[in-house]
Amino acid sequence: MAPSTSLDPMPAESTPTVQFLTPEGELVTSAPAEEYAPYLERLTDDDLRAFYRHMAVVRRFDLEGANLQRQGEMALWVPSHGQEAAQVGSAFAARTQDHIFPSYREHAVGLVRGIDVLSIVELLRGNTHGGWDPTDPTNGNFHGYCLVIGSHSLHATGYAMGMQRDGVVGTGDPEVDAAVLCYFGDGATSQGDVSEAFVFSASSQTPNVFFLQNNHWAISVPVRVQSRTPLYLRSRGFGIPSVQIDGNDVLASYAVTAKHLDDARSGKGPQFIEALTYRVGAHTSSDDPTKYRDEDVHNLWVSRDPITRFEKYLRAKGEGDAYFDEVRVEADDFAADIRRRTLVLEAPPIGTMFDHVYSEPHPVLAEQKLWLERYEASFEEEQA
Amino acid sequence: MSPTESTPAVSSATAAPGGAAAARVEELPMVKALNAGLRQALADDPKVLLMGEDIGPLGGVFRVTEGLQAEFGRDRVVDTPLAESGIIGTAIGLALRGYRPVCEIQFDGFIYPGFDQITSQLAKLTNRGGGAFSMPVVIRVPYGGHIGAVEHHQESPEAYFAHTPGLRVVSPSTPNDAYWMIQEAIASNDPVMFFEPKSRYWPKGPVDFAGTAAPLHASRVVRTGTDVTVLAHGAMVAVLMQAAEIAAGEGVSVEVIDLRSLSPVDYGPILESVTKTGRLVVAQEASGFVSVGSEIAATVAERAFYSLTAPVLRVSGFDTPFPPAKLETKFLPDADRVMEAIDRVMAY
Repeated sequence: MAPSTSLDPMPAESTPTVQFLTPEGELVTSAPAEEYAPYLERLTDDDLRAFYRHMAVVRRFDLEGANLQRQGEMALWVPSHGQEAAQVGSAFAARTQDHIFPSYREHAVGLVRGIDVLSIVELLRGNTHGGWDPTDPTNGNFHGYCLVIGSHSLHATGYAMGMQRDGVVGTGDPEVDAAVLCYFGDGATSQGDVSEAFVFSASSQTPNVFFLQNNHWAISVPVRVQSRTPLYLRSRGFGIPSVQIDGNDVLASYAVTAKHLDDARSGKGPQFIEALTYRVGAHTSSDDPTKYRDEDVHNLWVSRDPITRFEKYLRAKGEGDAYFDEVRVEADDFAADIRRRTLVLEAPPIGTMFDHVYSEPHPVLAEQKLWLERYEASFEEEQA
Repeated sequence: MSPTESTPAVSSATAAPGGAAAARVEELPMVKALNAGLRQALADDPKVLLMGEDIGPLGGVFRVTEGLQAEFGRDRVVDTPLAESGIIGTAIGLALRGYRPVCEIQFDGFIYPGFDQITSQLAKLTNRGGGAFSMPVVIRVPYGGHIGAVEHHQESPEAYFAHTPGLRVVSPSTPNDAYWMIQEAIASNDPVMFFEPKSRYWPKGPVDFAGTAAPLHASRVVRTGTDVTVLAHGAMVAVLMQAAEIAAGEGVSVEVIDLRSLSPVDYGPILESVTKTGRLVVAQEASGFVSVGSEIAATVAERAFYSLTAPVLRVSGFDTPFPPAKLETKFLPDADRVMEAIDRVMAY
């Protein structure tokens, strides 16, 4: 049998993908989407505008980050272009008390949860390894980026085990019940840690929602190399219910995540969502997709753009130019602010590399810090 | 000295220390001392959890956790699925939530599936988070040879972890230290690798439940002498004590130091001793190349060069995989191999 030229694994007999918005921005109904439809009824026009605004702002932020990298302000940029609907919809589905464990491309989720996304610039610039404090409530329980693929899926599972012990699962009180939303990509599904996260979460019936953004590429390797079955089926052998959604449809991302977070919070155990999306940009600024990308497939996915699609929908609902112009200005201002603050970032003080290796005093690091300070000072004395 | 010939324990280890029973010393094997220490930690802090394979009704393959699940429940003494990365990774998540997990790795050679979570995540997370949170996770590892077991069951992987910034690494050599050090490790806000010498699991020794804990990272002179300093941790300490006895019969006065902590190393007593004796022999079950013993030898050479009469010698396992059990006594340093090194440094 000739190898498939498609990016996708062997298709399932009939994959019931949940979609509310077609690429043309038309609201449609379908059997797979039916059970999720009530979640859309909660959404106000202001919510819909917020969805659009966050998607547009993060796309502009992403462009600014890529430009700053090309101008030498960062060693690396990790683009999120194309994945805005998957991220914004699911992020808005989470409640204040939920916790988020991102991979490293979830800039939009961080923005929705309230972190200062300049922290992402600081991380990729080499000023920090983390940047935001996940224990600070203003950061929306958005935990740190994790660069080892899939490792954080176990942290998310352990965190949810802690929630169970704290009695914040299945109480029936919507202000109390909590869940953990964990993001990873198609490449991560090949990592043992993700399988172990499925094992542990299923074993303990933890309140986890695993949100897979299948952007079709693990750097240069297409998803069909990771799996011979559609990835949403991956969790079922572990006893974790799953669903595949159109990840470029912000309404599907919101409704399906909201429903499965509800299930997780109410004590129904872990849930798995595969959002079909596409990495329009490169894996990172060090990547060169022209070496491996099929332009026809690429153009097909560009035509399914999540922001264009949602704009069509909003315009059909009556939103006018004034709103979209306003968002464009806001996004430009946001990017300009990031640029302005990036250009004045200074390297952290030398001593900070020693400061938080341990939580408690450590004689070796105290000695090395002192040695380095004296060594550095010796050059200043020479110059004096 | 033969700790196994001590008086029997006055009661079973299920009798928790403290309360009205003051000044109580019991003769216990290390497994019972660890059991008592873990019980005390579970009783003292509701955030303490035990996690591992077969640690529930079975009490662990070495019975260290015997009876603890029945006493504290399945949410606090957790029989996990059989996956080391999963155990460590979920412990990290629990620690982020405010818990203090104590993970049991069933055998030394089974720690490697969890190595990535330990070195890339557990050890680095506090640093990555800029100090916003700590990682109070203890990983208990039964380690070392002398038990005649199959491959992967007799290894000494301490150096991998001592090499890793962000981890603390300790190893008790006696039941009393085991009882106190496990509680100190659990109380630490940093990740602690806790290496339990399984060949010392069963010999009994006094446990002073009303005593006070020595600092977790303090090394300790356990026999004083004037001619040569020998040091080790865990099971090798008993071997050094045998060698010191033999040496005494030959007119050589040996000072023995129990390292107790492998990271950080407490160099104070070591340098003080070497300044006095001028000779140092470092012993370990682990292979010698790039080992904790090598690091200590280098540091003593740097800091006590003018006090040394002889080169610092290492007595180690060979740089081979741990051999089949019928050869383990040839691989593992014994009192005679330590004596051979003592003789060599005494020749200077």
